[in-house]
Amino acid sequence: MGLKRIWHRLSGGVGGFHGGVDVPQNKRTADRPIEQLPLSPVLIVPVKQHIGEACAPLVKVGDYVRRGQKIAQAEGYLAAPVHAPAAGKVVKIEEHRIIHPSGLGLPCIFIEPDGSDAAETLTPWPDWAERDPGELRERVRMCGIVGLGGAVFPTFIKLVRDQHHPIETIILNGVECEPYLTTDHRLMVEQADEIVAGLAVLRYMVGAREAVVAIEDNKPDAIEAVRAALARAKLTHARVVGLPTRYPQGSEKQLIETITGRQVPAGRLPMHVGVLCQNVATARAVYRAVCHGEPLTERVITVSGDAVPNPGNVRVPFGTPVRFLLAERGLTDIDEVCVIHGGPMMGEYLRSVDVPVAKASNGLLAFHSERVFSLRQQEQPCIRCGHCGEVCPVNLVPNLLADHCRNDAFERAEQYQLFDCIECGCCSYVCPASIPLVHYFRYGKGQLAKIRRAEQFAEESRMRSEARERRLEREKQKKAARRQRAKQLARKTDDAGGAD
Amino acid sequence: MTGILAAVVSLGGFALAAGIVLAIGHKVFRVEGDPMVEKIDALLPQTQCGQCGYPGCKPYAEAVARGEADVNHCVPGGERTMRQIADLMGVEPKPLEEEPAAPMVAFIREDECIGCTLCIKACPVDAIVGAPKQYHTVIADHCTGCTLCVEPCPVDCIDMLVKPELIEHWSWPLPNTDRARLGLARREAHADGT
Repeated sequence: MGLKRIWHRLSGGVGGFHGGVDVPQNKRTADRPIEQLPLSPVLIVPVKQHIGEACAPLVKVGDYVRRGQKIAQAEGYLAAPVHAPAAGKVVKIEEHRIIHPSGLGLPCIFIEPDGSDAAETLTPWPDWAERDPGELRERVRMCGIVGLGGAVFPTFIKLVRDQHHPIETIILNGVECEPYLTTDHRLMVEQADEIVAGLAVLRYMVGAREAVVAIEDNKPDAIEAVRAALARAKLTHARVVGLPTRYPQGSEKQLIETITGRQVPAGRLPMHVGVLCQNVATARAVYRAVCHGEPLTERVITVSGDAVPNPGNVRVPFGTPVRFLLAERGLTDIDEVCVIHGGPMMGEYLRSVDVPVAKASNGLLAFHSERVFSLRQQEQPCIRCGHCGEVCPVNLVPNLLADHCRNDAFERAEQYQLFDCIECGCCSYVCPASIPLVHYFRYGKGQLAKIRRAEQFAEESRMRSEARERRLEREKQKKAARRQRAKQLARKTDDAGGAD
Repeated sequence: MTGILAAVVSLGGFALAAGIVLAIGHKVFRVEGDPMVEKIDALLPQTQCGQCGYPGCKPYAEAVARGEADVNHCVPGGERTMRQIADLMGVEPKPLEEEPAAPMVAFIREDECIGCTLCIKACPVDAIVGAPKQYHTVIADHCTGCTLCVEPCPVDCIDMLVKPELIEHWSWPLPNTDRARLGLARREAHADGT
């Protein structure tokens, strides 16, 4: 391990990771500047746009809200509050279908924007460097900031100073390895100064010494822009690293391995190897929250694909219906079109376009159906070529895992480290037998989670049932003791009566 | 002659020594109760519903361990639990008599509840709260859906509702490919054939 680390230092810190695939980039929107999307007639804001617990609405039907006003409050710890994406009236609060593979819904707050730019912001803190990191962390939490790379994990949770696991290196992820997507790319080109300012805030919060901005070398203009911004900001111990273009370079654990040479152990966090990894868009959101007091109410989305007449990068308020967004880019007839949310490798097929854009949405790709479905082959038997294992970035054996999942041998799949799978899709991509490997893994993970939940519920029920039995037993004994006493008393009074 | 005597004495001696060791071991390492019962009980879903014909999960586990009950009587456990018990007991799996129903929870229509506490006494997992002449209500998160509270209710104000599917608990279905369907069909045919 030590030697490996030295080798990584000598080779400039870029050593790569196991496997991965080269995919056609198709970054057709790379030179389209970010445009602001007009407001949709109604915004449908889900009360949960992050990983964790759902929020409770704070507003009532008929209330007037200003942009940036908190409209749903986090109840649990693992949650991020939701803010109004535009000023307007709350017209209804009811369950609505959201972007989710299940097609199920969540409570959503419907806002009719009135076009005014009444906004509610917190006090800007340009003097953040004199404030306590805990105070800044609370600000990040209050502004509803989540990881904008697509995982939407509440950001404040990662921003801790843990004396057992001090953060040495902070990595800003500007890799964007998914084909088609160019949101982070454009953001780095256009807003490099704000990203670097965000990096400085984040570094101060976790007390890291080293800062690295990782960018794939297919974005030379972004590398140039961020490098210039770093020089302007005069940040010390900060550098830009150009990485070879290889999918999934942007996956957190793979990126950490490439940059630091350290592998994050299974089931542990980047924190445990002294690294904090954040997306560049998240860093910018942190800057806007701290230095301008702006909560997270919009994000940049790439709209692309061969069915979109006018592809581009657009800044979209959360809650904008996908149908409206596609129509704004010239796509109105969606009958013969397949819409994918996210990138083509990890994204998911949308069954309905009447769903709102949320914090997780980094891309919307629309393709002509016949093109997508002609590529989808029927699954054939595995020919044991081993390609899937060669490309797996976490060194799994995907073909065996898929067999176990298909045969409902979930415990076996777990022994083969099913839960280490990052669902990057490399195995499915290279499989010559067209086996939907990742789909099998998702099925297996879901079933295992169900089994675990059932086991836990059974254990709780057992405890309750046993407690009840013990209680009944106690009551029975008490009753028996009472009867005994009453009998003795009766006998005593009888005896007393007899003696008279 | 002495050879035979030596053999008898030495073997007899060994047998005696082994006997003493075993007798001590039996006393020292004695396990109270039947460990098999615990193991079977751990596999059961603990709904305490009594659909197996025994008053609860533990009694059914005891009956299976004694060899009195078949392995296929647990309805809510379904195919998976039946197979696990059969594996543990070393017997052939048997087809289930009833398909498990969708998970249910009891719901008390409080307007109609007269506060008789009969359902509270019937609940095997103490999932109903209330007091005499007060409304009772079911703690939905603790209810196992055993339906034991429905029968004793004198005013019939308890409904069994299908547990709503939470978006957090949703899981991906099996891929809809011919091979996945074929595998499922084979497993089902196999389960029916046993």
